Amino acid sequence: MEMNQAATFAEIATLRERNILALKQAKESGLKVVGTYCLYSPAELILAAGAIPVSLCGTSQNPIPAAEKVLPRALCPLIKSSYGFAITDTCPYFHFADLLLAETTCDGKKMMYELLGQLKPLHLMQLPQVQDAAALAYWQAELGRLIVRLEAEFGVEITPARLAEAVLLVNEERRSLQALQDVCMRRPSPISGMDLLTVLHNRGFSVDKREAVQLLDRLTGELLELSDRGISPFTAGTPRILLTGVPVGIGSDKVVRIVEECGGSVVCFESCGGYKKVDPVEVTDDPLRAIAEKYLRIPCSCMSPNTGRLELVARLVRQFQADGVIDLTWQGCHTYNIESFTLKSHLQAGGKVPFMQIETDYSESDSEQLKVRIEAFLEMITIRPARQTG
Amino acid sequence: MLTAGIDIGSTATKAVLFDGEVRGSAMVPTGWDPKEAGLAAYRQALEAAGIAEGAVRCIVGTGYGRVSLPIFDRRVTEITCHARGAFHLFPGTRTVVDIGGQDSKVIALDESGAVADFIMNDKCAAGTGRFLQVMAGVLDASLDELGALAVGADPVQISSMCTVFAESEIIGLLARGVAKGRIAAGIFDAIARRIQGLAGRVALREQVTFSGGVALNPEISRIIGAGLGVALQLPRDPQLVGALGAALLGFEQLTREV
Repeated sequence: MEMNQAATFAEIATLRERNILALKQAKESGLKVVGTYCLYSPAELILAAGAIPVSLCGTSQNPIPAAEKVLPRALCPLIKSSYGFAITDTCPYFHFADLLLAETTCDGKKMMYELLGQLKPLHLMQLPQVQDAAALAYWQAELGRLIVRLEAEFGVEITPARLAEAVLLVNEERRSLQALQDVCMRRPSPISGMDLLTVLHNRGFSVDKREAVQLLDRLTGELLELSDRGISPFTAGTPRILLTGVPVGIGSDKVVRIVEECGGSVVCFESCGGYKKVDPVEVTDDPLRAIAEKYLRIPCSCMSPNTGRLELVARLVRQFQADGVIDLTWQGCHTYNIESFTLKSHLQAGGKVPFMQIETDYSESDSEQLKVRIEAFLEMITIRPARQTG
Repeated sequence: MLTAGIDIGSTATKAVLFDGEVRGSAMVPTGWDPKEAGLAAYRQALEAAGIAEGAVRCIVGTGYGRVSLPIFDRRVTEITCHARGAFHLFPGTRTVVDIGGQDSKVIALDESGAVADFIMNDKCAAGTGRFLQVMAGVLDASLDELGALAVGADPVQISSMCTVFAESEIIGLLARGVAKGRIAAGIFDAIARRIQGLAGRVALREQVTFSGGVALNPEISRIIGAGLGVALQLPRDPQLVGALGAALLGFEQLTREV
């Protein structure tokens, strides 16, 4: 595959390293940092408290052996990696964080956060696992508790005006993220899935959201221009894959990499760092209510039922003209692993889109097997048998 | 219009020459050099057919060694090739069960013979040819002897699917004086259960074609078929199905280009 020809890509590819410096300087100037692990963490509240929300590390195999001294081996790699980074002090963002924000999304995370709370101040939000009116009221009260904690921790006041301002800023980030991902609706997509993932991953570590938005918009413009000139790492016939399921990032990109090495193009990430993230907060005169509604409607498999995901994936398959769906589920992630059956049934009820579930972890131990499976999956899309032989 | 399909598997390497029908074939052990094995099988097949190399218009490689030979015009996975080969031999095929040396797979086909779904063992040797080989080794029997031992025997339950643990389990059974025949039948039962477990995820629709070296033994095939609850279609050369499929894909490609 060719090198990414968009000039801004190189800038974003090194963003993570440069952000560490920016974060250190911000800390020295007295700014507070809140580390988050999950899409359910309301960045608006952190920003309204005058603090910087940053994503914490959890997508690398490296710290997993250290984590396994404490956590069970069969646990989800994302949980083990997050914990491993923390106890080995190898995540600079964790290092600089004044407060960790966590949610009870699944049993594994909930229990791991108990241990993590021994290392750093941690605020745990009790996330309901159903999306109805009672759950919304409960969740809004949880947001209220977070406000109290942030105000006490940082000695600030979170006013409705500051909240409203934060809503606009994070919505602007969502708009730019959606515009970037939507360039992949073009056939062929002007950016590889690996490069798109690099951008989606790195922007989570940015200290200045406005700057990150400008950078993303610039990249989107360049990609559209490349596409207009017919420049792409792919051809119109390259099989287009939608990746759904668990969160992926750089370091846990094995499946994305193999799909593209085998001649496919990952055109859409439905996962948390991708399209699940772009849904905006409604702008109303009750920002807290609107924030509660937005976060509770995130279609994560920890919700039951989770019909929103089925509808989202089906819609994205159409919009991105996906030729196949790969549902990536981490080992030990019960909710995504079980929901895979429901998703497959839903997608195949309305026409036959090729679907494959891959259950794996961050290690390379099954790479050879995965290559065969993924290559065969792409052949399901590209090789159609002739009517008659001989 | 002559094409070749070369299937470089973990244990055996197979070659088939095809021009509308099979003109020649060969099989050699893969050994440690998949590249050399691929070339050897190809040359032997040419020799058997009495055909010069220059007559071959397209060579398609498959199997885990498909990356190793530069002479391949095209590389296709064994999943697509087995489906294609089985559908050619038995056009009623809707499912292919393949037990290979290092993996086993269940492939679902649609009415046109296209792969609709497939599943293969992910991370271990359970239910593969290697599993059988190791267990036969413990009983000091060849695969055929294992099949003969199992005839009419009441299968003993072998609970472990892990090759290493199953081996210990069998050693334990032998120590307790359980008859070899019952253990042999238990081994095939374990394979059938493993395949059934795989197949559970992609419906096992008839007709079911059985490929891979294990299908050479009709007794073992019958036991596995009974375990799966279906009659298995047995190709005359079950080890050549993948190479045949590869040659067919090459042939179809040339036909389209003409």
